[in-house]
Amino acid sequence: MLLTQIANQKFAQITAALVPSAEEAGRGFHFPEINSILRWKDVVPGINKVIIIGILAALIGTVLFLVAAMKDGSKAPKGARNLAEVIVEFIEKNIIMETMGKSGMGWTPFLLCVFVFVYICNVPGIIPFIQMPATARMGVPMFMALLVWVVFNATGMKHQGAFGYIKGVLFPPGVPKALYILVTPIELISTLVVRPFSLAVRLFANMLAGHLLLVIFALLSEALIQAETQKFFLVPVGILPFILLMFLTGFEILVAFLQAYIFTVLAAVYIGGATHPEH
Amino acid sequence: MEALTRIAHASIRVAAETTGEAYTAAEAKANAAAQMAGLAYGLAAIGPSIGIGMIFGKAIEAMARQPESAGMVRTTMFLGAAFTEALALIGFVAFILLKFA
Repeated sequence: MLLTQIANQKFAQITAALVPSAEEAGRGFHFPEINSILRWKDVVPGINKVIIIGILAALIGTVLFLVAAMKDGSKAPKGARNLAEVIVEFIEKNIIMETMGKSGMGWTPFLLCVFVFVYICNVPGIIPFIQMPATARMGVPMFMALLVWVVFNATGMKHQGAFGYIKGVLFPPGVPKALYILVTPIELISTLVVRPFSLAVRLFANMLAGHLLLVIFALLSEALIQAETQKFFLVPVGILPFILLMFLTGFEILVAFLQAYIFTVLAAVYIGGATHPEH
Repeated sequence: MEALTRIAHASIRVAAETTGEAYTAAEAKANAAAQMAGLAYGLAAIGPSIGIGMIFGKAIEAMARQPESAGMVRTTMFLGAAFTEALALIGFVAFILLKFA
């Protein structure tokens, strides 16, 4: 009893040295409320910046491929058609051939839509004056993940029959019968719950983390460069977070592409797994 | 863990005393949650960081040995990295929930 009291006093003494004094605590850098970073005012009732970005992403993707489809395909591709062909070839060669094989080529339109939409939703995170990835709010990733979930389950039921698909998911072949007590609950949860959840959370958390990182370093360099006290020391130091901010913006270009790619690859893997059951 | 919580509580109490502000139970809970959130995210990042390092290192080894299989290795590597990264990202979401929710 006495020992815990002494320990508490020691803790208080140690921590008292670490806590800033009253006049120090009021000054300095204050991070804004998260709602002021992520919640946008409605432009029209029910429509805010994130929704506008989402609608624009759908429109830009549609218009790009419509324009490309109307161009003459017999000559060497130029402009919009060239871009569209590069994207389609990327989807076919690097995503479908690597995960589903030649029999998955029929899935090109669906995976192309998913990839283009998610990518165009991600990219505004680094475009100046827009700077908000639509996928940094849970709505868009959750809808995309639920769409993929419905599609891969429906594909499995179409190809293997409803009973056969559920049997294949719950009782994977090649496992000793006694182990089904352990394997069946794990498979049930991992296929039906964890897959869509992790698909949505991966995209959402990556984009949100990138957005917050950019916000933190932008605010930090702004606060240091506009410092009111100890200017001759703080202003040069403020250049360092600004340099890091530029590197992070470049990194976010990579992350926006990589997350769209990973989302599409995982969708392809799930659909491929549902089409061809393990033997 | 209990010791860490006690440090958090003690530091908050001292901070409240030095700034002269009232120290309510709700504030104490919010402050402790905020401090523990950072710790939780740090702990959640340990395992996945080691795992991602191993995945990319092994993938580079495999690509250097057999450059012709680089495409397949790359796809599998990103898949593995995505699954490993999910744990760290769930930690990040837990951080956001503890800190802001």
